Amino acid sequence: MIAVHNLTKTYSGNTVLNIDNLEIHKGNSFGLVGNNGAGKTTLFSSILDLIKPTTGHIENKGIKVNESEDWKTITSAFIDETFLIGYLTAEEYFYFIGELRGQNKADVDALLSGFEDFFHGEILGQKKYLRDLSKGNQKKAGIVAALIGKPEVIVLDEPFANLDPTTQIRLKKIIKDLAADPEVTVLVSSHDLMHVTEVCERIVVLDKGEVVKDIATSEATLKELEEHFNK
Amino acid sequence: MFKHFINLQWKSFWRSATLSSSLWMKIFMGFWALYLIVAMVGGSFGAYYFIEKELCLDPLVVVNRFLIYWVVADLLFRYALQKMPVINIKPLLILPFNKRKIVSFAFGKTVFSFFNIIHGFFFIPFSILLIVKGGHSALNVLLWNIGLIALIYANNFLNILLNKKDNLIFLVGGILAIFGGLQYFGYFDITKYTAPFFQGLFDTSYMVVFPIIVLIILVIISFRSFIKDLYLDAGLASKAQSVKTENLEWLDRFGKTATFLKNDIKLIKRNKRARSTVLVSIMFLFYGLLFFTGAIETYDGPVWRIFAAIFVTGGFLLSFGQFVPSWDSSYYPLMMSQNIRYKEYLSSKWWLMVIATLISTVLASGYLYFGWDVYLAIVVAAIYNIGVNSHIVLWAGAYVKTPIDLTSNKKAFGDKQAFNTKTLLLSLPKMVLPLVLYAIGHYAYSPYAGYALVAVAGVAGFAFKDKVFDKIESIYRTEKYKTLWAYKQKK
Repeated sequence: MIAVHNLTKTYSGNTVLNIDNLEIHKGNSFGLVGNNGAGKTTLFSSILDLIKPTTGHIENKGIKVNESEDWKTITSAFIDETFLIGYLTAEEYFYFIGELRGQNKADVDALLSGFEDFFHGEILGQKKYLRDLSKGNQKKAGIVAALIGKPEVIVLDEPFANLDPTTQIRLKKIIKDLAADPEVTVLVSSHDLMHVTEVCERIVVLDKGEVVKDIATSEATLKELEEHFNK
Repeated sequence: MFKHFINLQWKSFWRSATLSSSLWMKIFMGFWALYLIVAMVGGSFGAYYFIEKELCLDPLVVVNRFLIYWVVADLLFRYALQKMPVINIKPLLILPFNKRKIVSFAFGKTVFSFFNIIHGFFFIPFSILLIVKGGHSALNVLLWNIGLIALIYANNFLNILLNKKDNLIFLVGGILAIFGGLQYFGYFDITKYTAPFFQGLFDTSYMVVFPIIVLIILVIISFRSFIKDLYLDAGLASKAQSVKTENLEWLDRFGKTATFLKNDIKLIKRNKRARSTVLVSIMFLFYGLLFFTGAIETYDGPVWRIFAAIFVTGGFLLSFGQFVPSWDSSYYPLMMSQNIRYKEYLSSKWWLMVIATLISTVLASGYLYFGWDVYLAIVVAAIYNIGVNSHIVLWAGAYVKTPIDLTSNKKAFGDKQAFNTKTLLLSLPKMVLPLVLYAIGHYAYSPYAGYALVAVAGVAGFAFKDKVFDKIESIYRTEKYKTLWAYKQKK
């Protein structure tokens, strides 16, 4: 589904990303881990064509992301709060994203009703703008907005950060459900090795911009990752 | 202690991500300030001699009559333009700084603000003339000046207090407009009641105490309220008001564009900074008064009419349009990764400007009072604004890469954005072309030929709409990564 070819990104002589070849298959749930500065967000931003790679390119469903914009119809993402429109209420934001993705209000409402647990009564009907919500609640809104309109590729950068324990558990279930759908490819990055081993079928470890491990998740994975990061 | 504050300020200026453009802007602002200073000094001489020689009145008395407007206008300008004394307070709170020191430094900075000093350039020459030419007593002139200084500084602190409230200033501005109107049409003259006060400052020595007391009270109030506000859940908190979800479904008739149009209307309604563009356009509505009333002689030329009319109808268009797409800077990554057609996005902004121009044109029908001719100029300018300027403004905006902090309404003017050679070049057809067109028609044939030329140019502009939109789209595309990067640089 996603193919990365000879991708490098250099900021004034400093290479922050260097991936020769990486294929993420359709229906996969893909986890990205790495320390700060490993290049996780840079990779995700390149997949979304938000930064221009120094060399190489990325294909999304066979579409070169920097040449055509057709991948946008099948891809959605939540990277950080710059994906939220601060002066809208959560509902307005969902409907706005819905309209962009060709979903009418009823479609969006139907989707949202499935996330009442996840929202925990803190998102809908709040009489607050998104910018006035807490970081955790902003994240909830952003993640759910990324699920509107049946995207085939979903990119979530650090979705577990800032969430309370209950919501983390619920989010894991949501991602697992998405992963179970053979049509949906989920890309997740995290600092939490436990969460990521639990929800992802495949885990890639980035270090200083390079792929240092590529693991199909199994019982032993968590241990292996812990050992890697405990060096 | 102050040494640290000054050090921090120094670093925050020199290390800001947008230094290069802001340095240019500082230079530009410098010229602008110089212009204002010269205008003020010139104005003081001009006013003195004009009143004395032409009107054969005592300059002091006449100036005293209008001082009330001076003071209120000063307050309005401050509210719109003066930056609040914000230093990066949060990290300082838990350090061993005395809170009083933090506030005194912040306030101390405002004392030296240009907005306070500029008045001196009018009043000091004027006072010297009063003493030397008018033969007034130096002591009285001095007392009068002290009174005025106290009032100006009272404004300074009043503005600090007013800035915390959102809509109070509209009230002040509205009252000013009403009294101004009443006076102009000769129904009620507020200056009759205020002039004795200002005259009193001059004549009666103890009167000067009143403005000083007002100033002291305002300093104390604002000092106290700022100290009280130095808590994360008080003044430093971002205010969260209770809001309702709005659907604005009536806009759906605009089709795909409606998606963005709905957003843009919310953008303007809900963000201080965006709202101030509406304020600007209202101010520009009255701008024409300077021209059409013949208040200022140099503006009496027929070509100036078109100039004024462009601003009267295009206030919103010019102030909002120049920052497309910067209005969406805080969520630009979303816009760039979502399923968005640039054309729809652009045409939403375009419609918004067109609607605002039409509303301004209707509101400007008050200018009918000055004759059909004047209103005709306004209608013609509106056509030109819609047909030509709306496109050019969007085009120029595509080169502006300054992130906008929607929640703060300061820096709405000038301050570093919108200033590069490309936008400057593009401002020529906005302003100069209609004037030239009109002048050609006016002097070659008749005023109506001039109007017709401008209007035809406006209508012809429509033909280029798609072309310009294509051009803007390609700018957006080629500049995408740079723009994303630039928007990431918070001040």
